Amino acid sequence: MTLSSTEAAPVSAPTTERIDRIRAAAYRIRHNALTMGEVQGQGYVGQALGAADMFASVYADQLTYRAEDPHWEGRDRFLLSTGHYAIGHYAALAEAGIVPVAELETYGSDDSRLPMSGMSTYTPGMEISGGSLGHGLTIAVGMALGLRLQGSASRVINFLSDGELDEGSTWEAAMGAHHHQLGHLTAMVDINALQADGATDTVLRTEPVTEKWESFGWYTQRVDGNDVGALLAAFDNIAAVAAPVGRPSVILCDTKVGRGVPLLETREKAHFMRIEENEWQICREQLTAGYEGTAA
Amino acid sequence: MSATTEAPETTTAVKPKLKTSAMIASFADPGQKTAAAPFGHALVKAAEADSRIVGLTADLGKYTDMHIFAKAFPERFFQMGMAEQLLFGAAAGMAETGLIPFASTYSVFAARRAYDFLCLDIAEPNLNVNIIGGLPGLTTGYGPSHQATEDMAIFRGMPNLTIVDPCDSVDIEQAVPQLAASDGPTYLRLLRGNVPTVLDEYDYKFELGKAKVLRGGNDVVFVSSGLMTMRALQAADALAKHNVDVAVVHTPTIKPFDSATVLAELNTDRLAVTLENHTVVGGLFETVASAVVTSGLGKRVIPVALPDQFLDAGALPTLHERYGLSVDRIVAKVLAELG
Repeated sequence: MTLSSTEAAPVSAPTTERIDRIRAAAYRIRHNALTMGEVQGQGYVGQALGAADMFASVYADQLTYRAEDPHWEGRDRFLLSTGHYAIGHYAALAEAGIVPVAELETYGSDDSRLPMSGMSTYTPGMEISGGSLGHGLTIAVGMALGLRLQGSASRVINFLSDGELDEGSTWEAAMGAHHHQLGHLTAMVDINALQADGATDTVLRTEPVTEKWESFGWYTQRVDGNDVGALLAAFDNIAAVAAPVGRPSVILCDTKVGRGVPLLETREKAHFMRIEENEWQICREQLTAGYEGTAA
Repeated sequence: MSATTEAPETTTAVKPKLKTSAMIASFADPGQKTAAAPFGHALVKAAEADSRIVGLTADLGKYTDMHIFAKAFPERFFQMGMAEQLLFGAAAGMAETGLIPFASTYSVFAARRAYDFLCLDIAEPNLNVNIIGGLPGLTTGYGPSHQATEDMAIFRGMPNLTIVDPCDSVDIEQAVPQLAASDGPTYLRLLRGNVPTVLDEYDYKFELGKAKVLRGGNDVVFVSSGLMTMRALQAADALAKHNVDVAVVHTPTIKPFDSATVLAELNTDRLAVTLENHTVVGGLFETVASAVVTSGLGKRVIPVALPDQFLDAGALPTLHERYGLSVDRIVAKVLAELG
């Protein structure tokens, strides 16, 4: 575990059984993402693989929801502001039972409920329409305020990317969440260090990210976002330390684009990844071998 | 500059009295009947009847009459700071949880600064968020940073958004509960502070989406919205003294536009004039013009509107005279057209 925070972890480590369960969910989410990527022949597969452990931790461990009733009032809200991560989110919604696995192969096709960029008006379980970056956290602040006003115990989790830290609106929302003491709001930032035009530190340097969030008053933890145990521990810390005192929390997740598929992990880093027709089966085999702990 | 003990040079010449203007000066005429903060009081009344109504502002509560609501319902009021993207993103989030937000700022900041958030977070999911925009058109002499001369032009292209340009306190009081009750987002061009009360003199009720004929007339037909309906009525009275008989059609809802009522009034031989507190580009004039063209009505329409330029700073009466929104300028324009 690579927990780094100004505050020590106050709770006991997640159990092996719990970690194994989430790892299995992450494996299936990655598998789902490859299925969708193959339909397109290209796309945001790298991001989906990189963020799969984050999605798995949220959907298989953290969120309260009813798969058969995605709009159930008592649900926790998960907001995807990076619309292009929808492929990963759909994979997670399938794992959660909200979207049928068989429907995944319609991803990005005409008349599909699963468009390339995630939109609430298309997909059950999609809370907001992402795509224009830097919106998610502002909406999350409003949802958290609205839920609290109405006496709801629901939490709000916003998934955003390190690229979205370029947007001023993200920081408007960060100030607002702290000002309004939104302890039931958690941000998860996928730090894959990659943006549309290249590496994050060459596009617009966002580091030091941890210090920025801490200075905005957030309970801040930076973890290996591909380490399920670290992610679960981070959530446990939030529940124990931040949420009870009304402090918004952020989990900064360092992830690897293409994680779980060595062929893609080592490929030249690209925002929009191209994968040859004959490579999809290799990807699946490498994924399974890695998950089972055997060499491909 | 260094301090000096010398007495300033005295002069016998009398300095001309300078004309100044408060930043958010009232446009009410001296002695005119007004109502104080009609939006704030109407929102309180609506909120008493509907617990889903909440209020938000971006550091402009006092200047958009939202402070009245904040005082009445402190737990349902949310100060979002001078952060308009957060203001409207958060309003969308609140609406997603079933609340009915009224979110206020100046029109310039809503239209220019937070457009993407209004468009994608509020209008695209068709949420019941009510955008309250202060200082619409030329209602401040502060200069282009605060003069929302093109707000309707910006907003008319946004699908799902209802646009309301009220004339006076009567319009505002009657519009607020209708905005709350209507599905989908709305934009209100707010008149704040001591707002003229004009339409109580007419057999009139605000109906969202409807234009109303306030008075008939045989020679000229005015189609107007916002505070220019007040000026249209005053100009109609002034023109009567020149034996010119003027009808006034008030169109407080700019989108969706009540083309049927307006086209029926335009389908005559009368001189047709639109009057708006907005640039001539993309507002009421072009809304009417497109309705006329689409219907095949070959009718000339003359605009009274702000010019397509960044406007001067100065006192509001000076600027209304300069840019043609004053009653005198309207009367002169009509008389010139009639020859």
